Amino acid sequence: MTTTYKPLNRDQMAWRAAQDLQEGAYVNLGIGMPTRAASYVPDGREVIFHSENGILGLGPKPELGTEDENLIDAGKNYTTLIKGGVFMHHADAFLMIRGKHLDVSLLGAFEVSEAGDLANWTTEDPSFPPGVGGAMDLAVGAKEIRVIMDHTDKAGKPRILKKCRLPLTALGCVKRIYTNLAVIDVTEQGLFVREMVEGMTLEQLQALTEPKLQLANNWQSLTPPAMAA
Amino acid sequence: MIDKSVASPAEAVAGVKDGAVVLVAGFGTVGIADDLLEALHEQGSTNLTIVHNNAGNGDTGLARLINSGRVSKVICSYPRSGDYSAFLNAYRAKTLELELVPQGIISERMHAHAAGLGGFFSPVTAHTKLAEGKETREIDGVLHVFEKPLKGDIALLRAKKADRWGNLIYDQSARNFNPIMAMAADLSVVQVNEMVELGSLDPEAVVTPSIFIDRVLVVGAKA
Repeated sequence: MTTTYKPLNRDQMAWRAAQDLQEGAYVNLGIGMPTRAASYVPDGREVIFHSENGILGLGPKPELGTEDENLIDAGKNYTTLIKGGVFMHHADAFLMIRGKHLDVSLLGAFEVSEAGDLANWTTEDPSFPPGVGGAMDLAVGAKEIRVIMDHTDKAGKPRILKKCRLPLTALGCVKRIYTNLAVIDVTEQGLFVREMVEGMTLEQLQALTEPKLQLANNWQSLTPPAMAA
Repeated sequence: MIDKSVASPAEAVAGVKDGAVVLVAGFGTVGIADDLLEALHEQGSTNLTIVHNNAGNGDTGLARLINSGRVSKVICSYPRSGDYSAFLNAYRAKTLELELVPQGIISERMHAHAAGLGGFFSPVTAHTKLAEGKETREIDGVLHVFEKPLKGDIALLRAKKADRWGNLIYDQSARNFNPIMAMAADLSVVQVNEMVELGSLDPEAVVTPSIFIDRVLVVGAKA
């Protein structure tokens, strides 16, 4: 049986990840798509964002013309500080990261294994120097590591694998994966699909995923609001 | 009377020897002591090891030192930031060595030196390529990797305000590595926008106490 389904766009993926950020949570958002999640925290929920370069209480992008050259985020873009926000030096910023003080770290990834191994720091392109930034610190430190990534690579090959092929960032750290097709929990009993996009079958999702998927008892349709890509 | 201010950029970086380990604070282009890096270029020391989060941008500051062949090694977490062509060219020509260290490990290694510690065990990099060749130990069931302390011969810092003793406050996210590097070098030199009267900085708000600072260069605020 073939059914049709529509993958989420990047903003919808960020929206989905943001719905799970609880009131009062301290959260680090990785560079790229994870950063977008900050825009989609439900109204009235106070979530405090941390930035590795020494900010607790990261705010939204500044309005044009109000940028401050000394106020940037981990992606080196101009940012703002919310009321109650503070600055700290790098060692304290990473103490918060490494010492299990953050509730959630939401990261991008190239690959995740069924055991929750994470590969997100290098594609081993020999023509460029490697860069690790804060990726390895972030992957061991937060109370819960969640990943947001496309379900497959550009060639349509799975990125959720039995074993990661790219060099590891950390072993067994990922607890939840948000993709453009599904929300998947990594558990000791294996990968459980909590949500799938409307119209998708488990067989279709399994065909795009290397390790075995199981459907959670209370699984739901993944139905984000319409958003411009 | 204690007065750590120096009259010129040349005086600020005087005495740096060939082969020195230079701690360069900053993240991206924020919180970098641009004037001190230019002064170091003029000063002429070579075969430098640079500790920095990134690896230079454009053709000024650290990038200019690299382009002039003065840097033999870079210890950083993420060289691929901004216009890093100076680093990339030297890296490809193999005239420069890269030691890649996770961002939080660089800062904590300097913190360890500053605190007089012989290193520490950390779970970061365990089971990865970056732990290859390093001592490991299982602590409470979790594999940890031994990290050595990291010390600078000189630290090049940037702050917002200083007093004549060298107490410092910073400007927002321009704080970044500055307070850590200030504590981790034999000679800590800071460029500041403004020198203020001793006693006018709120003692509850001073970030870097004067004990860590040796020289202060007032450069004024940048446009």
